[in-house]
Amino acid sequence: MEILEGLYYSKDHEWVKVEGDKAYIGITDYAQHSLGNIVYVELPEVGAELSAGDVLGVVESVKAASDVYTPVDGKVLEVNNAIVDDPSLVNNDPYGSWMALVELKDKSQLDNLMTAEEYKKFLDEE
Amino acid sequence: MDNLKKTPLFNIYKKYNGKVIDFAGWALPVQFESIISEHEAVRNAAGLFDVSHMGEITVKGKEAFLFFQNLLTNDLSKLKEKQVFYTFMCNYDGGVVDDLLVYKYSDDYFYLVVNAANIEKDYKWMKDNKGVYEVEIENISDEVAELAIQGPKAEEILQKLTDTDLSEIKFFYFKDNVKISGIECLVSRTGYTGEDGFEIYMPNKYAVELWEKIIEVGKEYGLKPAGLGARDTLRFEAGLPLYGNELSEEITPLEAGFEFFVKFDKGNFIGKDALLKQKEEGLKHKIVGFEMIDNGIPRHGYEVRADNQKIGYVTTGYFSPTLKKNIGLALIDSKHAQLGNQIEIVIRNKPLKALIISKNFYKKNYRK
Repeated sequence: MEILEGLYYSKDHEWVKVEGDKAYIGITDYAQHSLGNIVYVELPEVGAELSAGDVLGVVESVKAASDVYTPVDGKVLEVNNAIVDDPSLVNNDPYGSWMALVELKDKSQLDNLMTAEEYKKFLDEE
Repeated sequence: MDNLKKTPLFNIYKKYNGKVIDFAGWALPVQFESIISEHEAVRNAAGLFDVSHMGEITVKGKEAFLFFQNLLTNDLSKLKEKQVFYTFMCNYDGGVVDDLLVYKYSDDYFYLVVNAANIEKDYKWMKDNKGVYEVEIENISDEVAELAIQGPKAEEILQKLTDTDLSEIKFFYFKDNVKISGIECLVSRTGYTGEDGFEIYMPNKYAVELWEKIIEVGKEYGLKPAGLGARDTLRFEAGLPLYGNELSEEITPLEAGFEFFVKFDKGNFIGKDALLKQKEEGLKHKIVGFEMIDNGIPRHGYEVRADNQKIGYVTTGYFSPTLKKNIGLALIDSKHAQLGNQIEIVIRNKPLKALIISKNFYKKNYRK
């Protein structure tokens, strides 16, 4: 299972990649692997104001639909429509397949997330 | 997973990266490589399924024929020796106790294959309705393993392992004591995928050996081990019902669209009066096929609406791997059930448009 250094991780298997005051959010390699073939992706509206724990979008595998939650507060600046057109990108490149770019409201929320090393340990225990 | 029932192949799933889930109390692989690649293997080459969880019940005795004419909706008098048919076993209200396959050895010896979740219920239903019929009913499910090899290459692959000319086993016929890789099996040209293929029954202890042989020989033909995930998408595309979704104690064969397997002219059978009444009065609701117009995947249980009212629910829905469309089956109010009608599927609280189409989404590719 691939885990990238330098990203933040949530217990719900989302990753957050911070760039200045903005952050890209997507689902981890572990998440895409457990879901199996992803065949549908739903993304938030650009401009939506989200709080940590809100539904950011939906990914659906052949078998089931799963909500994806934003681990941080933020305003949606951009969404990645490429994964709506071709959901299998999320399987093939989970860390390149960001779902939304958000403007971070409170960077201290990142402290509640896991580092790559902590996430690896978390997965080992799961 | 420890309290779940396991088939004789349980220990081999890991070797093929099987992802095990709880299916009706059984620990079974939902997928090996991926649902889509397994689905495509069956459509284009072949797939091998462990379906040992299915139940087998034998019925013997000089009144076996009469017993079944009363118990089943299909007409046993049309079934030849070594032929198989699909039938319903209904309750007195016309609801479905189970849908099953009947293998006829002779008028006093039949072999039934029933759904895993219904084995105990079916066995009890048969015993409860045995009445004065002279029959012996035996549940041999725990002794029998079943493999299904399905797909256009199924015959070619299986033929490599046997001297029996498989082309002689016609669609929905079977042959007993077929030696496959030296193992004596019951083989029928049947399946649950909409493709040509065989279902193979054998004593538990040979299941692993036969599985490995078929995998080994099938590899060069593109055969893949396949799980329950692909089994469900395959049967769904072919318009085949799943008990618990399209059929239940509350849904009759007529509502499900399978009147073909209900023979009103054969004499009395359990459920006949209720079904006849339903046929005469017209169906209140029935199963239809639909295709999403708006973008969204329909799922089992989602609400169906029309004119701002609930008219039913989705029984099965998927992104179809073969057709690359979002399609589904739904049980809805008959007055909305015409082909070409527009309905709405409520997905995450949003009513999304869908069109009623024929439920034979995929043209079955049987070798008859």
